[in-house]
Amino acid sequence: MKFFAPFRLAGRALRRNKMRSLLTMLGVIIGVGSVIASVSITTGASKQVEDKVASLGQNIVTVFSGSFSSGGSRSGWGNAPTLTVDDAIAIKNEVANVVAVSPEVRDRMQILANGLNWNTAIQGESPDYPQIRDWDIADGAMFTDADVRSIAKVAVIGKTVVDQLFINEDPVGQTLIVRNIPFKIVGVLESKGFNLFGQDQDDVVIIPYTSHMRRIAKRTFVSSIMVQAASKDSITQVQEDINTLMRDRHKSAEPDFTVRTQLELMAMATSTTRIMSVLLAAIASVSLIVGGIGIMNIMLVSVTERTREIGIRMAVGARGRDILIQFLIEAVTLSAAGGIMGIALGMTAAKITSQITGWPTLTPFTWIGIACISSAAIGIVSGFYPAWKASRLDPIEALRYE
Amino acid sequence: MNAVIKLSDIHKTYRTGEVDVHAVRGVTLDIAPGEFVAIMGSSGSGKSTLMNMIGCLDRPTGGSYFLDGLDVSTLDRDQRAKIRNDKIGFVFQGFNLLSRTTALENVEMPMLYNSQRISPGEQKIRSTRSLELVGLADRANHKPNQLSGGQQQRVAIARALVNQPSLLLADEPTGNLDSQTSIEIMGVFQKLNDAGITIVMVTHELDVARYTKRMIILRDGKILTDEIVPARLNAEAELKKLRLAQEAVKLA
Repeated sequence: MKFFAPFRLAGRALRRNKMRSLLTMLGVIIGVGSVIASVSITTGASKQVEDKVASLGQNIVTVFSGSFSSGGSRSGWGNAPTLTVDDAIAIKNEVANVVAVSPEVRDRMQILANGLNWNTAIQGESPDYPQIRDWDIADGAMFTDADVRSIAKVAVIGKTVVDQLFINEDPVGQTLIVRNIPFKIVGVLESKGFNLFGQDQDDVVIIPYTSHMRRIAKRTFVSSIMVQAASKDSITQVQEDINTLMRDRHKSAEPDFTVRTQLELMAMATSTTRIMSVLLAAIASVSLIVGGIGIMNIMLVSVTERTREIGIRMAVGARGRDILIQFLIEAVTLSAAGGIMGIALGMTAAKITSQITGWPTLTPFTWIGIACISSAAIGIVSGFYPAWKASRLDPIEALRYE
Repeated sequence: MNAVIKLSDIHKTYRTGEVDVHAVRGVTLDIAPGEFVAIMGSSGSGKSTLMNMIGCLDRPTGGSYFLDGLDVSTLDRDQRAKIRNDKIGFVFQGFNLLSRTTALENVEMPMLYNSQRISPGEQKIRSTRSLELVGLADRANHKPNQLSGGQQQRVAIARALVNQPSLLLADEPTGNLDSQTSIEIMGVFQKLNDAGITIVMVTHELDVARYTKRMIILRDGKILTDEIVPARLNAEAELKKLRLAQEAVKLA
């Protein structure tokens, strides 16, 4: 039989019973539709989480100091006085594929400026910090290595601090006071919004880490060290090398530090949505299977109904194979058409959901492909038995069938 | 000239449980090109079984069958399908047209299964020619439910002819038709036969068999008689007579 002829035949046969064809497709339409809708919603959700994680910065590896015990009470991570500026310098100099390093010191403090006061995060960082965090300076400039060396009293502030202390004023060049020490504002950061944990990232004052350690916190250790790897692929290598280097430097039996990467955070943050999407896809595939059973059922009915037609076709020279292909293509046409309608339905449903709830939705192309292929596959699987049955009919019996 | 059909000592035995049913027991028969043969017999005489074997729908359990010089008694399902497509045109009692499908598409159907590709344009030309042969070219786009019984049977004949078979096989072709339409259909067969097409027809109506050239009567799976039809009827003449008779009734 020629290539296009069976498709023409299938189209004709399905058009003959429009209502039935549509009802048969409904199973696949709903199945594919729910797969696409659920995948769109969960992908939208994980995309949102990924964006948040990405907003933390580019290819970040962070070294936290461990906890310490004092008189039986154990502090949390980041409080052991073990991580030093020298560690940060060693990481920068000795670990391959490290492009930027920033030793971090963090505190919350009351600040004064312009006759107003505000409690905010005071962070000691290196001039690499904006690069690591992928965070642009909106106004002014970042402080420099010279500022770090000279323990300069300079600060770069976030958008929230600007809003709270410098209403309708240009903060660059002005002074803010931390613990009675005046800091000159040299730059303002772009707004970055809330992070993954709901914290306002713009509520921050960034000063050179030396200034923070010597002038404010008056301590010799840092809370953490932020390291930027050269690329996404080198993150793991950088993490391992830092681990090796730090164990060597600290020489303690128990590691007194932890090295975390953005990849781990990403995996953690997306694990819930991943479980969700697997669950939804599993439920949706059950409805796809039900749709397939519907097609098989109707194809079986159709074969019985058209026994005589099959007999005629065989009498005039159709081989079993021709009949098999004819019915198989009918089943595949049904399910593939259902699949395409299902994709449209699913995407529409996702759009509506996003409109009503405000959730971001995203339909990945791979899932559209998967939906197309699996609906065609369902047609083949569920159509095969009826088609095979039709192809095995005895032409004499089939011609006699009433 | 070689025989179109050459049956030698054909047997067909059905196994139904414990009992063997001998439907055909030793039929030897030659049919030459251009013949018009009626196979007759009461029900259970084995004529349908013989017909199915001649039509390559079924395989004999014994004996040999040469169709157009080719041994077809040993072919498998697919090979027999190809033979049916190439060499045999079927006409059935119940017309067996595809419903909701136009006459032209019904006639085109066997070409779908040809081993050589025929372009859609060529298919249309051939089907139209076939419909012209049976005098139905003007009904090409009618569906079976818009056609009379006689017209439906003509579409079926056109379908049987479309692949230019060596043999036209008709199974009770007038069984569902009234007597006048039956004569019309026999007229079509006679015309085709005059044009050189070999026709084998199964019937149980003696009236219908009298339009053929040769009459074979089966009983209990064997040939009882095989003779030339003595006073062969001419369908055209019979129709004329019938029309005159009808007019006479109206006049009276």
